[in-house]
Amino acid sequence: MLKKMYNWIDERLDITPMWRDVADHEVPEHVNPAHHFSAFVYCFGGLTFFITILQILSGMFLTMYYVPDITNAYKSVDFLQHEVAFGVIVRGMHHWGASLVIVMMFLHTLRVFFTGSYKAPREMNWVVGMLIFMVMLGLGFTGYLLPWDNKAYFATKVGIQIAASVPLLGPYIETFLQGGSITGAQTLTRFFALHVFFLPGALFALLAGHFIMIRKQGISGPL
Amino acid sequence: MSGEHNEQPKKSVFRKEMSRRQFLSYTLGGSGAFMVGVPLLYNVRFAVDPLLKPDADGEYVKVVEVSEVTQEPQSFQFERLIVDGWYKNDTTFEAWISKDESGNIFALSPVCKHLGCTVKWNGSQDFSDEYFCPCHAARYTKDGKNLTVAPAPLDEYPVKIEDGWVYLSTTKPNSRV
Ligand code: HEM
Ligand code: FES
Repeated sequence: MLKKMYNWIDERLDITPMWRDVADHEVPEHVNPAHHFSAFVYCFGGLTFFITILQILSGMFLTMYYVPDITNAYKSVDFLQHEVAFGVIVRGMHHWGASLVIVMMFLHTLRVFFTGSYKAPREMNWVVGMLIFMVMLGLGFTGYLLPWDNKAYFATKVGIQIAASVPLLGPYIETFLQGGSITGAQTLTRFFALHVFFLPGALFALLAGHFIMIRKQGISGPL
Repeated sequence: MSGEHNEQPKKSVFRKEMSRRQFLSYTLGGSGAFMVGVPLLYNVRFAVDPLLKPDADGEYVKVVEVSEVTQEPQSFQFERLIVDGWYKNDTTFEAWISKDESGNIFALSPVCKHLGCTVKWNGSQDFSDEYFCPCHAARYTKDGKNLTVAPAPLDEYPVKIEDGWVYLSTTKPNSRV
């Protein structure tokens, strides 16, 4: 049945070459843990992507209940965690995944560094990787405010004051991030917008660039 | 022939003409940039509005009777109406108010100039007659001068005395040190 459906579509659109081009290529021996166990270090990039997908999925589902307003944010998070079926799991995925994705990204960066994979011709992919790193930290920073509890509020206050200590531009960065002169209602809506629209958008664009370059240049050779 | 002869001057007035392809890509590019740029302009102006709004300068708020203020700094709390987007809140603020040697009343903000924790007069047993921050042990003199850790002196509330009461405005950088 599925085979028939596939063939029916394939006859009309010739989709086989499309997915072959994306997915069908050999894994070189030196990156395959089945050949050399130590090659598991090559998995960290894929694990980072896997957790990123989980963050995006759980985040999208969280927004079904979450309200970015200072009187309701905490109540809505409390509700979705304690009253909604599997709320603990969905919020827990997003909460723990946020830290795990940064750990995985860091391990992936170490692998790239110690295998020298950032060298020519892959310099541009190192730079794109660093941009992904910064966007990820931005997602962590903006997401952390959203539950609007004391921890969230003061972490953001401190974070914004660190940003405000930048020479010359500091006060402007502060007002822009806060959406005013205090950490308040407009900070929460701003951080929500950054967290669920702007930064994920930037992340997708960068990830696309990252993967297209990998596909074009292949995995770097053995040491 | 005369025709052949006339071709020389013609060449000298030859101008580089724009090709059809160039003309089309300029017009398409121009209209494209216009169609993206104008909407973007409105949206960016919308996003940076907080940067361009003038600071609401604080009114003076009644805090404490002059007779209660001593040479020793004391903490007083007062409320100020804060407009936070679509919310209006009476927010509680704290000021450390005292008199200097010549009897002038001044008021300092308790917000640490290191990373924003809350300082306290005589906050540590080890340092008497100083403001102390419990977070990373910043210390300040009675005038708010930063002694260690913090990069700047404590902010100051402008003070107004009227009918025996102390009124405070919103914080300004310290003018005493
Ligand atoms: C891949 C990157 C992402 C990271 C690293 C990340 C990180 C975070 C963090 C640290 C929190 C605070 C969680 C807590 O304190 O329990 C949070 C909350 C939240 N995030 Fe994300 N996030 C990501 C992507 C997304 C996306 C794509 C969406 C939506 C489309 C989203 C929606 C939310 C919502 C609604 C909350 C508030 C609910 C809550 O605090 O549990 N997130 N995020
Ligand atoms: S915040 Fe006061 S010493 Fe660091």
